Amino acid sequence: MMASGYSAKEEDGHHPGASGATGSGVAKSKKPDNTAFKQQRLPAWQPILTAGTVLPAFFVIGLIFIPIGIGLYVTSNNIKEFEIDYTGADMSSPCFNCSQGPSWNSTWPCHCSIAFTLDQPFESNVFMYYGLSNFYQNHRRYVKSRDDSQLNGDKSSLRNPSKECEPYRTSDNKPIAPCGAIANSLFNDTLELFYIDPNGTRTQIPLMKKGIAWWTDKHVKFRNPGGTNLNLSMVFQGTAKPVNWHEPVYELDTDPENNGFINEDFIVWMRTAALPTFRKLYRIIQKKSNMTPTLPRGNYTLDVTYNYPVLSFEGRKRMILSTISWMGGKNPFLGLAYITVGSVCFFLGVVLLIIHHKYGNRNNSADIPN
Amino acid sequence: MDFSALRNLISRYCTGEENWVDSRTVYIGHREPPPGTEAYIPQRFPDNRIVSSKYTFWNFVPKNLFEQFRRVANFYFLIIFLVQLIIDTPTSPVTSGLPLFFVITVTAIKQGYEDWLRHKADNAVNQCPVHIIQHGKVVRKQSRKLRVGDVVLVKEDETFPSDLILLSTSRDDGTCFVTTASLDGESSHKTYYAVQDTKSFNTEKEVDMLRATIECEQPQPDLYKFVGRINIYQDRDEPIARPLGSENLLLRGATLKNTEFVYAVAIYTGMESKMALNYQSKSQKRSAVEKSMNAFLVVYLCILISKALINTTLKYVWQSNPNRDEPWYNGKTDHERQRHVMIRAFTDFLAFMVLFNYIIPVSMYVTVEMQKFLGSYFITWDDEMFDEELGEGALVNTSDLNEELGQVEYVFTDKTGTLTENNMEFIECCVDGHVYVPHAICNGQILSGSSGIDMIDSSPGPDGKEREELFFRALCLCHTVQVKEEETVDGIKRGIHQGKATSFYISSSPDEVALVEGMKRLGFTYLRLKDNHMEILNREDEVERFELLEVLNFDSVRRRMSVIVRSSSGHLYLFCKGADSSIFPRVISGKVDRVRARVEHNAVEGLRTLCVAYKALSQEEYHNMCQLLDSAKLALQDRDRKLAEAYDLIERDLVLLGATAVEDRLQEKAADTIESLHKAGMKVWVLTGDKMETAAATCYASKLFRRSTQILELTTKRTEEQSLHDVLFELGRTVLRQHDSLTHDTFSGLSSEFQDYGLIIDGATLSAVMKPAQDDSSGNYREIFLEICRNCSAVLCCRMAPLQKAQIVKLIKASKEHPITLAVGDGANDVSMILEAHVGIGIMGKEGRQAARNSDYAIPKFKHLKKMLLVHGHYYYIRIAELVQYFFYKNVCFIFPQFLYQFFCGFSQQPLYDTAYLTLYNISFTSLPILLYSLIEQHISMDILKRDPSLYRDIAKNCLLRWRIFIYWTFLGLFDSMVFFFGAYFLFDNTTFTSNGQIFGNWTFGTLVFTVLVFTVTLKLALDTHYWTWINHFVVWGSLLFYVVFSLLWGGVIWPFLNYQRMYYVFVQMLSSGPAWLGIGLLVIISLLPDVLKKVLCRALWPTSTERIQNAQKLYQSHRSEFTPLPLLNSSRLDFEAHNVNPRRSGHRSKELMYTHWRGSIGYCTFSSTLGPPGIGRMHRLVGLETSV
Repeated sequence: MMASGYSAKEEDGHHPGASGATGSGVAKSKKPDNTAFKQQRLPAWQPILTAGTVLPAFFVIGLIFIPIGIGLYVTSNNIKEFEIDYTGADMSSPCFNCSQGPSWNSTWPCHCSIAFTLDQPFESNVFMYYGLSNFYQNHRRYVKSRDDSQLNGDKSSLRNPSKECEPYRTSDNKPIAPCGAIANSLFNDTLELFYIDPNGTRTQIPLMKKGIAWWTDKHVKFRNPGGTNLNLSMVFQGTAKPVNWHEPVYELDTDPENNGFINEDFIVWMRTAALPTFRKLYRIIQKKSNMTPTLPRGNYTLDVTYNYPVLSFEGRKRMILSTISWMGGKNPFLGLAYITVGSVCFFLGVVLLIIHHKYGNRNNSADIPN
Repeated sequence: MDFSALRNLISRYCTGEENWVDSRTVYIGHREPPPGTEAYIPQRFPDNRIVSSKYTFWNFVPKNLFEQFRRVANFYFLIIFLVQLIIDTPTSPVTSGLPLFFVITVTAIKQGYEDWLRHKADNAVNQCPVHIIQHGKVVRKQSRKLRVGDVVLVKEDETFPSDLILLSTSRDDGTCFVTTASLDGESSHKTYYAVQDTKSFNTEKEVDMLRATIECEQPQPDLYKFVGRINIYQDRDEPIARPLGSENLLLRGATLKNTEFVYAVAIYTGMESKMALNYQSKSQKRSAVEKSMNAFLVVYLCILISKALINTTLKYVWQSNPNRDEPWYNGKTDHERQRHVMIRAFTDFLAFMVLFNYIIPVSMYVTVEMQKFLGSYFITWDDEMFDEELGEGALVNTSDLNEELGQVEYVFTDKTGTLTENNMEFIECCVDGHVYVPHAICNGQILSGSSGIDMIDSSPGPDGKEREELFFRALCLCHTVQVKEEETVDGIKRGIHQGKATSFYISSSPDEVALVEGMKRLGFTYLRLKDNHMEILNREDEVERFELLEVLNFDSVRRRMSVIVRSSSGHLYLFCKGADSSIFPRVISGKVDRVRARVEHNAVEGLRTLCVAYKALSQEEYHNMCQLLDSAKLALQDRDRKLAEAYDLIERDLVLLGATAVEDRLQEKAADTIESLHKAGMKVWVLTGDKMETAAATCYASKLFRRSTQILELTTKRTEEQSLHDVLFELGRTVLRQHDSLTHDTFSGLSSEFQDYGLIIDGATLSAVMKPAQDDSSGNYREIFLEICRNCSAVLCCRMAPLQKAQIVKLIKASKEHPITLAVGDGANDVSMILEAHVGIGIMGKEGRQAARNSDYAIPKFKHLKKMLLVHGHYYYIRIAELVQYFFYKNVCFIFPQFLYQFFCGFSQQPLYDTAYLTLYNISFTSLPILLYSLIEQHISMDILKRDPSLYRDIAKNCLLRWRIFIYWTFLGLFDSMVFFFGAYFLFDNTTFTSNGQIFGNWTFGTLVFTVLVFTVTLKLALDTHYWTWINHFVVWGSLLFYVVFSLLWGGVIWPFLNYQRMYYVFVQMLSSGPAWLGIGLLVIISLLPDVLKKVLCRALWPTSTERIQNAQKLYQSHRSEFTPLPLLNSSRLDFEAHNVNPRRSGHRSKELMYTHWRGSIGYCTFSSTLGPPGIGRMHRLVGLETSV
């Protein structure tokens, strides 16, 4: 990639015979050591970036990047993704009524169901996401509004949450568990998926709720206070539920492995998103057998228990079904970028080749004006 | 009450000689004078405590902190830190507090330690015992208890505890010898004189009997100036007043030598001693790079503030919708809600400032300081700048100016001792036009019959013989040379050699030594000064004795010196020796024309000439002179002027005897060095006090002027014929005509197609040019003069006074291009110029160490200037330029993504990176590679830089720190940060990039950006590095590895001391996904691509000469074998010398006494070495050996 002239400068490390035999002691003490480092003569590789030396690098980058890019692009295109907006902002939307209703203090659960059709069958595992937009999970006030030691099962933090949780720190003079704005605004819509057979029968599609959070989060970072104590309601006694929640944290799930702070939906939510439009993994639809696609082509309905208000901040809610490749979800950017960079490099390589041939000789033969 | 005192008083007040404010009265031994003589006004003087320390134990913390926070940068960081403490900011105060604390603590410890050392040194000095005479007894006291008026006994080799007036010495003649090595570096023995009336006091009792007062001026820092008067009261008589001058004043810090003991009285103590007054540090010089850096800083500060302003404004625009300001999921506390909107806006502004403050990192200052400090060691370490004979290498007195060495445009050099060896050799003398050459020197070997005289022309007649001997005697008598007799070193009596006492001539002026030694070779040997009698050995081996009556010392204004002697036959003579210009006008007879012709001939040859004249005095004349001198010497005020007037009256109506010629050989490689400097585009000016012809000859010899150079003269000779005005305009026209025709070709200054000009100007004309405008026309002189100078490649200014040298430097410095100037000199007369220039370089010469002490850099020889500028200066400049630019670049890359992120997080000041990354980015992830780069980068090899001085032009005019380049770097930083941010943005865009469908959060986003950032900026530096030693590899790849390891560790553990665990496993999770790797690689390549492309294209299409050389370096490398042996040869030769010579030093002094084991011969030879070029050095030593007395 670079012009390399390895000029091992002679390392005249020692004065031949400058040993004290002659007793030149006084003068020698002031004399600087004649080492390669002190004389700035360390052996060094001295590369220079010239057209000639950069050329191959450009071609190599081009040749490597274009195939990678094509591969990525094809992979991305093979991923099937289906997205449906169920906010209900539209009058025509089935969820319109729900979206207009008073939200947090409503006791009645609002249900709506949206029908949709998949044109293509979804092979292999299908990942079900919910997406929110215009939701600033990365707002500073929001990001820091949590207490990690409380979530890690620390008992003193459970009783006395961090100040950062304000104003979601206490409720009725009882500490909130889990405290903070993030926990308080936990996404609490319930999404269910039904397959409508061509003959009209609805079959619920089994949704797996495990494996959606990072393993380390679930097993290390988040821990219920009291460790493996199964009686969570005892542990959380004396704490209040977050104001927006319908049920306390120890009733998030019936499965003790997925309840309390280690509830995976909760953990997923607690990982704040980078950008205001984001999606979070909701459920996994596991592949049943090799014979049938996970989600065959056909009609489906999405049953929503509509709890989560987003219209007040002009947000949107979406449900996304997506297959996954080794490179994740559908994102043509990486492939396109690779192809572009590869082509640009290749093109630049050609340009440099021309320049090198036109000017390179002139430079190399240029004599030192001396 | 007697008359005299009254008269004394009246005369004193009437003549206005003296002003009580400006003088002090000291009562010797604290004894009041006989009552009634004068009102006793007790004056308070400070004690003899020396305080060089800055702090005390109690005030260290507040004072040191105050000093440190006075620096703008530290203050800025303090403010940021305080803001972080006070308001709710996005980053914890630790991020800026920790680095600041670190920097402040390290500095405080360093300064505290230095101050502790100073305290220790102060204590050692203040408590060392001194011997004070009290009531006729010697009492030991601590030095700090010494008071003004105490009589002190100082023994040989002791240091004077304060400024003392010498009362008496152990020597009968009342003289003592002193070395002031620790004061001004001159290790020669200087003679000081006791007061005439007290010099006979030899015991404590006698001293105790003395009743006297000393009146003298209040302390002033000039080491060489002192006026005072001693009034001695004897038997209630009218006091005897005697003048006191600097020859009576023993300075604190000087050491008594060759004298058993002295009695002296303290007059200036403690912080009022001249040494203490000279403590004052020089004013700080600032380099051009530092100025650029400050300008860039201001720009960045503006960027910072505007960023914060933009974000604050946008935040409030965006938040105008209450659902954005406070959506239901993200409530504010009551406290936040109640705050006034203006306060909120202000704290938001501050918070944004804090968030972006890393754009001006603390570490930049630290790195720059470290670079300068550590980098300067390469100068002191440089083997090639080590002088074997002097036993010293280059010295760095300030490391702030390293890079300025690469920016020099004007070099002002002294001639004597700088361009030349200042190793005088007597060449010839001319008596009445007959020329005498002392030795036929054949191949450096003196032929037998060393006292033979070769006559160039016919022998003079018997009359001439008399004149000839008078001439020789004159030279033997008219000087201030001391004879240093036998000295015992290491138990070996050095003086005894071949049964003869060996002695050495010592003088502050090498010319005089050369002359006296020359006379010795011509048969007249100066033996010694004994009891005020000078003894000389004439040709018949008879000792002639002359009583030395007066010495009219040399000064640079008169440019001559005289002695008045009485021969044994009772004849009185005045001998005067001096520069031709100061002698000829005072001569009334003698063969002036023939001598003048010879002098001019010699001057053209580049020899230093002196003229000798005499005058026979009658007793009456002598008496008048004595009176004249005494009255002048007694004056307290204006003594110098009065003395000068007296000298002027005495030194007239002389008879010319002849002239001498002394050669001052050019320093080794001086011509080569000047030529290189010329090629490097520097303008070399020689500023000398010598006469024009001598100086011009030296200039030709040193290739300052070449044969093709057209010389323009601007001298008194010409201005006598034409008016200054006309001459200036004529010269201006000549030069400008030339200039216009080649404006298109200014850069190829090497092609000698066009005429190059040299200008000679003398001091008198210069002062006429510089004289402030009296009418309108002369106001332009300065401009025209500058214009002429600018177009001359070489300028010679002769007949310059020291202050004029500084004036010239100042003139050029202030001209409209503001060029960087460098002054190099070796003597005290160059100090003003060295202090004035941007870079002052001192040569460790023979005229003492004053120049070296006051300089920024000191080098042993003029030739070392070449490496200093062309290699070290060049390297330092490119290193620091890259350092500065890169630091700004990497911080733009660092902070701009945070700025962009604000647009996506509701302008909430959410930091993109984790606190640890924010803190450590500048401190550890990216600090070492650039520091190392700035220490050891070499874009071109040293040999080529030395061989091709024109490369120096490539970096002239601060060209790597121009705004254009600065903007390029900034935009590169902006581009790169856009790539990082939006690359990550699109990668994250509403999707996942893991293979298990899980989603990453904002911290992964930041970590991704940060990873790309660290890799990009490190690799960018790697691409810029042209000199990859193993250390570079270690540091560059090491920092990247460190980043990875740190991130793994930081994210791998739940840190119990943190109240958040946001980074837990973030880094590992990110690396577990393939697209993250692909993305990092892609983004790094995209960021580096434009810079690589720009470099390659520029190199291919518009290469600078540096780049051409780099391209051709491969060619050199194949030819390396041709020139590599050179340094080897060099070192082996030096080594050979080291084998044979064992220099022994008693301080760094010109006339070292050398000591050798000569070719296995038995016994030791003693000689005074002459410092010749190494090649024939041994021969010269042999010369010295045979000719020593």
